[in-house]
Formats: sequence, C-alpha cells, structure tokens
Amino acid sequence: MTVLAKLEENKSMSENFSGPSEERIAYLEGLVGQARIAAAAFTQYTQEDVDRIVKAMVLAGLEQAQYLAELAIKETRLGVLEDKALKNMVATEFIYNYVKDKRTVGVIREFPERGLVEVAEPIGVIFSLTPITNPTSTVLFKCIMAIKTRNAVIFSPHPNAWHCCHEAVRIMYEAALKHGAPEGVFACLESHTLQDNAYLMHHKDVGLIDATGGPSAVKAAYSSGKPALGVGPGNTPVYLEKTADLDTAVVDIITSKTFDNGTICASEQTVVIDDEIYDLVLKNFADLGAHICNEKETKLLGRTVIDPETGFMQPMAVGQKATDIARMIGLSVKPNTKLLIAPIRGVGREHPLSVEKLFPVLSVYRAKSVDEALKVCVDVNHAGGLGHTAVIFSNNDEIIRKFGEMMNAGRIIVNSPGSVGALGGIYNDMVPTFSFGCGTGGGNSTTDNVNVYHYLNIKRMSRRTPAHMWLRIPNHIYFNLNAVENLRQFASRSTVIVTSSLLEQIGHVDIVRRYLPQQTRVHVEVIPDAEPEVKVVMQGVEALKLYKADQIIALGGGAVLDAAKIMKLKYESPEADLQELAAPFLDIRKRVVQFPTEKINPARLIAISTTSGTGSEVTPFAVLSDKERGRKVTLADYSLTPDVAIIDPQFVMSMPKGLTADTGIDCLTHAMEAAVSLYASPYSDPNAMQAIQLVFKYLPIAYEHPQNEEARCMMHNAACIAAIAFANVSVGVNHALAHAFGARFGVPHGRANGLMLPHVIAYNASVPSKFMPSPNQRGYGAHKKYAAIADMLGLGGDTVEEKVKNLVAATEQLLDQVAIPRSIAELGISKEEFERAMPDLVRSAFEDPSGRTNPRMTLMSEMVELFWSAYQGRGLAKVASAS
Amino acid sequence: MTTNAVWLKIDAERLVHALHQACENLNSAEREVALDFSFVRRIDPGALRAMEKLAGVADDKAVKVVLRGVNVDVYKVLKLVNLTPRFSFLA
Repeated sequence: MTVLAKLEENKSMSENFSGPSEERIAYLEGLVGQARIAAAAFTQYTQEDVDRIVKAMVLAGLEQAQYLAELAIKETRLGVLEDKALKNMVATEFIYNYVKDKRTVGVIREFPERGLVEVAEPIGVIFSLTPITNPTSTVLFKCIMAIKTRNAVIFSPHPNAWHCCHEAVRIMYEAALKHGAPEGVFACLESHTLQDNAYLMHHKDVGLIDATGGPSAVKAAYSSGKPALGVGPGNTPVYLEKTADLDTAVVDIITSKTFDNGTICASEQTVVIDDEIYDLVLKNFADLGAHICNEKETKLLGRTVIDPETGFMQPMAVGQKATDIARMIGLSVKPNTKLLIAPIRGVGREHPLSVEKLFPVLSVYRAKSVDEALKVCVDVNHAGGLGHTAVIFSNNDEIIRKFGEMMNAGRIIVNSPGSVGALGGIYNDMVPTFSFGCGTGGGNSTTDNVNVYHYLNIKRMSRRTPAHMWLRIPNHIYFNLNAVENLRQFASRSTVIVTSSLLEQIGHVDIVRRYLPQQTRVHVEVIPDAEPEVKVVMQGVEALKLYKADQIIALGGGAVLDAAKIMKLKYESPEADLQELAAPFLDIRKRVVQFPTEKINPARLIAISTTSGTGSEVTPFAVLSDKERGRKVTLADYSLTPDVAIIDPQFVMSMPKGLTADTGIDCLTHAMEAAVSLYASPYSDPNAMQAIQLVFKYLPIAYEHPQNEEARCMMHNAACIAAIAFANVSVGVNHALAHAFGARFGVPHGRANGLMLPHVIAYNASVPSKFMPSPNQRGYGAHKKYAAIADMLGLGGDTVEEKVKNLVAATEQLLDQVAIPRSIAELGISKEEFERAMPDLVRSAFEDPSGRTNPRMTLMSEMVELFWSAYQGRGLAKVASAS
Repeated sequence: MTTNAVWLKIDAERLVHALHQACENLNSAEREVALDFSFVRRIDPGALRAMEKLAGVADDKAVKVVLRGVNVDVYKVLKLVNLTPRFSFLA
C-alpha cells in the first residue's frame, strides 16, 4: 500500500491536522505494522507463556531500577533519585505481586452458579503516551501490563524524557524477547511530534490509546475517537480533622508531598485544618522541616510558582526541591527545608496557590467548622482535581463518610499519604498503578487505578440458565364428600365467614358453622356474588377488624373467594395499595412492586368453593373489578393463596346448568392453557392432563344430570386440579382475551373463555409468527402437547396436525354439548359495536399478564384476528401446519 | 479449463524457510498452489511477514494460493493481520 493510500485510509485524521511527511508516515506505518503482526502472533500465547515473560521483565526492571532512575533525573532534572528508584521498584515488584496470579489469557474468571465465564481478548496495538514526571516507572508499568495481557505497545514518551523512556522500553523489550515474546511487541518513537501522536491516535490499527500526562495529551487522546484511557492532572484536597492522629498525619503529608519532589499527581495540594488544631499542626510541620510562609512570602510564592496568565503551575518549579524553589524566588529558608507551607484564605484565581502544584509547596487553610472545611475541600476538588484523589485524616467515621460522599475523586485516601497511598498496594489494598483514572469529572472513562483489566476486552460467555420453577399450593387440601368436616381441626377465637346471600339462604353457611369448634365466635359477612369491588372489600376489612378475626372462611364462587383473599391482604397489611400491587409485570420473581410481608393482623384463610371452575381456592390470583376503567384488575402473588382449601361436592350439587357449563369450561381452559404454558413443567403437566380428562368425561354428565354425585365430585376435583397447574404455570392468551371481552360486555368469565377456546387452540398449534422469549422453552411444542391431549382423550389422528384438528373439533363438540354460545355474534353484540370496542379490547388483552406465558407471543394484530374469529364463531377454526 | 495444482507440505519447525521456498517456487504456469498447514500449530511474526510476501508474489504471478488444514488459532492470527482474503482455505 502506498503512503498516499495510507493517508486516504486515515481520512478523519487528515481533516483535523496537517499530517506528518510521507517519509514520516512510512516510518509510523512500519511501527504500526510491526506491532500489529506482533499482537496477532501474541494471541496464540498461553497464560504460562506470558507469566514466564512477565517475570523475566520484572526481574530485569528491578535490576535496572537505579540505573533508570539516574537516567530520568539526569534527563528531566525533576524529582529525587532515591524516590525515582523506589518508584521503578514499585512499578515492577508491586505490580508483579498484583498481576502474578491473575488470569489474563483465555478463561479468566468463572461463576458456575451464574453459568457465566469471562474470557480475555487482547486489544491488539496500544498507543501509549508517558509523562515527564514519572517517566521510567510508567514505562515499566505499562510494559508489564501489556505483556500480561498479550498486547503490543508503541510508546510516545514526553520529549524531555525520551532517552530514559527509550532505555526503559529497550530493557523490557530485550527481556521479553529473550523469554519468547513476539518480535516487535514494543516500539518507542524515535523522537516525536504532535503530528506523529495525532497520526497514531487516529490509526485504524491502534486499538487503544493510553495517555498518561498533561491535560493536552489526555484531551487529544479522547478527541481522537478511539477508545482511550486518558489520565491527567489532579488537585488533591486534604482534610486534617481535629480527631486525627496529628503526628501520623503530619509525617504522612510531608512524606507524600516531598516524595519525588511532589511530582505524583495524587500528592497533597491544599490541607484544610480544623481551627482547634491549626496552630499545633503548623508547629509540627515546622518542627519536621517545613517552612511556614508569612503573608508576604505566600504572596511572593503565588506570583512566582504559579503563572499569573494561565493560573497553572510554572514548569520551572515542577519536581524541584523546596530549597531550590525558595532560592529561585528569593525566599530565605533554612538549608534543610523540605516543604514550603503557604497559608491561604480561599480557593480560586485570587488565591493562586489553591491549584495543583507538582512540587513541595503546600497550601493550608484554617477552617472554623467541619462544614467550612468540607466546603473548602469541595472547592479545591473542583479547582482542577475532579475525579482524581482526595485525602482525609480523621478518627470520626461519620466525618470520613461525609467526606467520601462530598469528594468527586476516584481515590479517597483515609489516614495515609495521598501520593504513595494512591499508587496502591503500599499503604492500602488498592490496585497498584501508575495511571489514575479520574472518571467523567476528569474527562476519563474510568475512576479505577488503571490495571491489567483495562488492557483487555473481557468477553462474557453466558450459558442458558433455566428459570427456577416451583409448585406452590395451600398447606392443606381436603376433597370428596363431607370434606368440610375437616374445619373442626382449625382452632379459632373469631371467624368471619365471607359468603353471598344466596348461599346463606340455601343453608350452606349453616353446614360450615356446624363444623367449627364450639368456642369459635362466628360472624357472617355477606357480599354480592359478583366480581369484588374495592368498596365491598373495604367493608369486609372493617368487619374483620371489628371482630378481631383470626380466621376467614371464604364460602362461594370465584368472586367471593377473590374478595376474601383481598380482604385478608388489606386486613393483615392495611398499607397495601391495591392499585400499585396490580402494576403489570413480566416475571413474578422480578416484579417491581412487592406484596407486603409484614402482617399486623395475621389470619388463616380457608377457601370453600361452591363452583367447579375458578379453582380460586388454591390459586395466588384475585380479580378485582375496576368499574371506572371497565376492566378487571388481576392481583397475583403467592401470599394470596389460601392456607386451606376444601373441595366438598355437597356445595356444588345445586349449581344451575348455566353455571355448571360456564365454570366447567373455565376449568377446561385453565387446564388447556397450563398444559401449553411456557412454564409448563413435569409437576404441572400431570395435573393439567388429569383435569382435561376429567372435564371431557364428567362435564357433560354433570350438565345433563346435575344430581349425579360422581360427576359433580369429579368436576369439583377437576377444577382444583387444573387450578393447581395454572396457579404455578399461569394461563395464556385465551384468558387475556376473555378477561378483556368479559369485562367489556359483561359476559361470565367461563363463557367468555369458551367463546375463545377452539380458536386459541388452533392459533397456538400453528407456527408462531413471533416466539415468546423464555429460557424454559426447548423448541416449540404447543402443537405436540395438544396432540398428546388428543391421544389421551382417544380422539384419533395419525399426524400431529390431525390430532390437533380432532382436539379442536372435540372441544367444539363439548362446548355445544353444554350450550356455550357458538359465537360472540350469537350474544347479540353487533358487528359495529364489536368493531368500536376492538382497540380497547386489544389494549386490555395485551396488558393482561395472563398472556405472558402463552406459548407464542400474541401480536396485537393476531389478537384482533382471534377476537374476530370468536365473533364469527365455531367451526371456522383452522389448524395451520405446525410442522 | 485445466487447473494445475501443486501441493506443498509446510514444515512447522522451519516455517519461515518453508514459506520463503514456496514463494520462490511460485510459477505463473501453475494456476494454483496448495500449502499444507496441518502441522503448523503456531505462527510467529517472522512467518507472518513471509506470508505477506507470499501473498504479494502470488498476486503478481496470478497464482491462487490455497492453505489446507489451517488450525483455528493460526486462522485467527491471519484474520487479525488481514491476510485471510489473500488466500483460499481448504479444510
């Protein structure tokens, strides 16, 4: 590829700056090409390979720590030789100690319980800018990180630290190469210009820019459009609070601020001292070799070490000794002075020394209160130090916590030195680094101490985790004739029987009374036999309170049982907000609104069903009528499940034919929908199948011969068994449609279900236009489930398709047998009226949680089709190919 | 149309040398050269540069180079350095 073509390839770059010469581009392309090949070859290395190379590099770096420190001092004329050597050792030994056992190749972490595995992917080519203040230590650190993560690096050192950095790169490269690293894994620009940096920052083969340095370098990195780790300046506030150990604090601050002559950007800049200890602290500083400036000296410092034009520190002072700075500006200090301390009265441009000073000049501020101290620290933090580092010395945990909340700093160092503390691994357990992420406050992408994980793309391999399932039913279920006698075993001081007036009139309440223990006080709360309204529920709650009920017996159909469930909820937890609890949810385990768990009036709920359909006696559902919005509100939570269910057929012997049909078909719909539910399980399937078999056999008999005890008993059992299934796996779109339609047109629930059922079976048995996301779904199987039901019922058919057709036909036949209307039109609802209602019907059906477990996701357009199919009536259901 | 195919087994121990040799032996008279990479487990920067050169020479001489039996680790390396479009691959 020609140089011109390369230029063309990096178009965005050429738009932003005048690029380097063609010759220079060829050179830069050579570096990138070599690094790219090295990085590619590096992907084949194992963890053992890289760990072997890293160890060799670390040993080489340690060996040359003193030599590199000398080079750095000689070249940059910044800092302290001993400290530079120490930094080089930290950058090798401490970093090694941190990375040596870290997995950075292949699988790096596993979370078997979550089915999650993290896999490392190298970045490739990293372009790295290194600073003048910590030149060789930063290079050593980045080389070790790069090899540990199988990346190649092109270094661009600060021009005034090029030689020492080049030498550091050479030492690392030779050690790496000798122990098997790919050729070309490190390169260092042979001199550089801003154009070189810009060219490489925009290069398509550079995967990451890691810029440690001044604000302009960091800004350039982030402006390049490349992923970047830009780590820049700080302005560390220190709060020296009166409860602190002052001796420790003063020594720590001096240690830190004078370390390498204050060149670490995490070093202390302004110490805010409580009034009570201020004089003592300053005396301690002075005793240990600090010079406390008077007002005139402070002004002189401010004028000289800070550029009055820019407000930033003067480069000539950076990394210089306190005595040299004093000499430069004509300040008379003792020869052993370590630190110049300048009292300031505020923060901002009018207080020049309140900014970052990478040299041993420290500002101090006298604070009259904790509040004032924290405010000044916030001001310092915001004067160029956002996201970087803050320090507090205190033994007051509350103040320490408050300080942590107030400071916008990636590192909040407590009772230890700022600079050496922020490096990590020495005074604390933070990750060792030479690159401090400053978060968004500092224009950075991270607040972390930059480490090996920032040099990796971490891939997450996530295995399918089947949703946890359950089978939750009442503690006690009593069934068969005279099961009501079991009431005797439940002791109660005060029982409220919730029932309807009809059931009281026909003597059902007396039967219940007969089996209650003698000492039980009994009150009968009669409510309308219709879907409960809030008003009815609240009247019931008042009765429960009045009689201090410890037991509620719900005797009735689904409406009465639902009312009793909600009464219990409001009685036990008066703060329960029914509207809020009815909030929609996708998964009951992850719902936003939780049902209350604290109960101030605990009461046992015994449900005795007097119809054979809803199964409310064993379900966690309750339906409220929302008359204002003309729809039903479904509450769902296992705390609503009755404690005891009594399935006694004597209470259903007198059910009229219409109710027998409606409730029986409701039961069938429960079982059919549970059978094909997305949550259907080996625990629910037997119940669903058994219930279907019982309904097909006994519903016609119970309908035609209401006094047939066996048929009544079996239908009563079927309702409960179907409910055990759907209470745990929910229902489907049939119920969603029926709820919407029934509420809008006042059609009994079971009948509404029956109008939809054949159409929904045919619909679910066809290939879905949209699958419902569900970890439990292993391939689409609704049609096969229906075929299995057909087989169980002995309906015949050779193929799945034929069997489904036969099931639809048998269902239609059953509906005819029990005189369920054949169509919505047959109910006297005009086409126009139905059409007008359609938008509301669809909206309401879509919002209904029942549809969430339907085997296929029902689109709104499909709901419209289903409604119209039901409108037109039975015999029209078509079974599409499901194969 | 006749296709002249030449099959060369690549010695994994002397990969760079083998690739240089393959490069030198590329002949315009042959439409296709197949290199057997079955024994190549790892590829280093030197070999990658030799592959780049081989691809260039093959382009110049209009010879199709087919790599046979390349393992997935080596294939990914070739992908990272954009060499995959320049060769054909055979399982």
